[in-house]
Amino acid sequence: MSTVVAENNDAHAGHHHSKPTGIKRWLFTTNHKDIGTLYLWFSFFMFMLGGSFALVIRMELFQPGMQIIEPHFFNQMTTMHGVIMVFGAVMPAFVGLANWMLPMMIGAPDMALPRMNNWSFWILPFAFLIMLSSMFMPGGGPAFGWTFYAPLSTSYSTDSTALFVFSMHIMGMSSIMGAINVIVTVVNMRAPGMGFMKMPMFAWTWLITAFLLIAVMPVLAGVVTMVLTDKFFGTSFFSAAGGGDPVLFQHLFWFFGHPEVYIMILPSFGIISAIIPAFARKPLFGYSSMVYATASIAGLSFLVWAHHMFTTGMPTFALLFFMYMTMLIAVPTGVKIFNWVTTMWRGSMTFETPMLFAIAFVVLFTIGGLSGIMLGVTPVDYQYHDTYFVIAHFHYVLVTGAVFSIMAAAYYWIPKWSGVMYDEKLGKLHFWCSLVSVNILFFPMHFVGLAGMPRRYPDYALQFADLNAIISVGGFLFGFSQLIFLVVMVKCAMKKGEPAPAKPWEGAEGLEWTVPSPAPYHTFDTPPEVK
Amino acid sequence: MTNRQQQNQDNAGVITKLLAAVVIMFAFGFALVPLYEKFCELTGFNGRTENIAAMTIDGMVVDTSRTVTVEFTTRTDRGAPWSFRPETRSITMHPGELKQVNFIVENHTNQNRMAQALPSVSPGEASLYLNKTECFCFEQQPLAAKETAVMPMRFYLDPDLPTSIHRLTLSYVMFDITNQVKDVATTAAR
Repeated sequence: MSTVVAENNDAHAGHHHSKPTGIKRWLFTTNHKDIGTLYLWFSFFMFMLGGSFALVIRMELFQPGMQIIEPHFFNQMTTMHGVIMVFGAVMPAFVGLANWMLPMMIGAPDMALPRMNNWSFWILPFAFLIMLSSMFMPGGGPAFGWTFYAPLSTSYSTDSTALFVFSMHIMGMSSIMGAINVIVTVVNMRAPGMGFMKMPMFAWTWLITAFLLIAVMPVLAGVVTMVLTDKFFGTSFFSAAGGGDPVLFQHLFWFFGHPEVYIMILPSFGIISAIIPAFARKPLFGYSSMVYATASIAGLSFLVWAHHMFTTGMPTFALLFFMYMTMLIAVPTGVKIFNWVTTMWRGSMTFETPMLFAIAFVVLFTIGGLSGIMLGVTPVDYQYHDTYFVIAHFHYVLVTGAVFSIMAAAYYWIPKWSGVMYDEKLGKLHFWCSLVSVNILFFPMHFVGLAGMPRRYPDYALQFADLNAIISVGGFLFGFSQLIFLVVMVKCAMKKGEPAPAKPWEGAEGLEWTVPSPAPYHTFDTPPEVK
Repeated sequence: MTNRQQQNQDNAGVITKLLAAVVIMFAFGFALVPLYEKFCELTGFNGRTENIAAMTIDGMVVDTSRTVTVEFTTRTDRGAPWSFRPETRSITMHPGELKQVNFIVENHTNQNRMAQALPSVSPGEASLYLNKTECFCFEQQPLAAKETAVMPMRFYLDPDLPTSIHRLTLSYVMFDITNQVKDVATTAAR
């Protein structure tokens, strides 16, 4: 990584107009740090909301039989849980981190398009307001799963589908604007001397993620539009009666959907690639191979979509093609895992909370990756398809993968954001509670899935009762453990804690540590010189 | 501030390209619909058969060296008010041989309805070799109130049918399209 000759930016702060105070500051802000903060709090709120929907699901599944909620409401809960966690929690959290960190990492004064930045955040709460309000419409909100397969979302859905479609459009617009902003910033605003191959991994992974977003969010917009016209305007894109094909929906959706899962994990790779070297006190092993691995994962993500559809009756040739392509993705992913482990190898490691989350990420994400390889093997997928094994798989990569990395990032950079150190004891408590409970929650799902428990049902056969009770207990423990995280972060936001030095982590590298903590409202008005 | 102007110009260039990419990808999503249809038509992957009558080939050689079992399944779309069944559940035939199978549909309602049958062949590859010279699925079927209709389907298997295929299933779903067709009353009354 680069060494830096930077000057203290405090002296330049005087050039700027004083910022407005109160609600106006947040409504009209074009400052990347403010917008980052907004994104992060919004995503945390959505995380708790989507999590509480998950707890409703786990409450119902605590015992076999129908206990608390109606099946139709159960379906709404699974749908809303999925949509909120994907589009409301994980993606905005990454955009928030990008807003806060990218300009400081590459030595830019702000994001390239600050006004669009404001807009791309502020349309998000409205998108989710529309979607959540649909649950109060007659017939309830969307109940067709976050994948909204036709004909569930066309022939068999309620009128609130229109609201679902419009809110998806708005979320898509927000993501696309965020992605454009990231690309323009990274391409045009790097400090003099910072070539592409000197950028921090987080900037690299976000740049590639942004290209994925540009490529697939418009396809999602197209698919939801087709659902809208099929349902309300008499087209037959997905209706066999009118000459369409319901399987086409799955092809279009997963053409978006598979790159989407990498959109939710690539920035994690960047975060982990920043944290592990910092606490192993060694530079990242294999920087350029990390860059190439990220790019190849992104490229391959467009060639594997049909592994979500092995049971739709595809010809053998297609089954084999998508199986081999899926296997191939394990190679660049393996390169990454290898590089992280090698970075830790013989490092002088310490185990502060960010590092604990990062190590848990490496181990648990690998478990999720391996169950993904199992699912990618066509013949065995016929057994696993639509069972809890799939749920276990993608929660290992998304919760202990993406969400753990976001938490690691929050602990790692909160001294820079708030100017105070977080409470290390509470942080470690949060980590250990989360680690234990998340495994109680998701690990037994592998077993019930292999035993044949199907997903998306509000009830199950009696033999799954014991494991489901355990899973539900794990779910509640994990959910309530996140309140510790809330306490830690609120304490930091209220500036309660030890004042943080400019560089609180001994082994940390990067331009963000050359500015004081908390980072001044405006940083790098004069670009630093990177050697 | 030429630096800033330069920067803005650079930004505008990148933004234009990215916006173009967004528009292109949105269009690409829609372009995938006809592409998918064409792809399936060429490969038979989705099991659709031709929607127009095939010609019988003069002097087509019946391949008596092998027999193929053809099964027929029928399904009525959810809520469609009729029963629909094939006269026979399965036949054995030689490739090149012309066969006729009748399908029977009974309208249980007191109204004139319009029906449309859609075929699907499994395995999908076989759909390229199943040729129908006559089929009720080529047209919308008007059904008068309480009518029982016998609908013929004549077909042959192309002798080029891959030898790996010994058994194939032809399935029909009968959709109720009364609401989509405005002039059902007049059509059915004819």
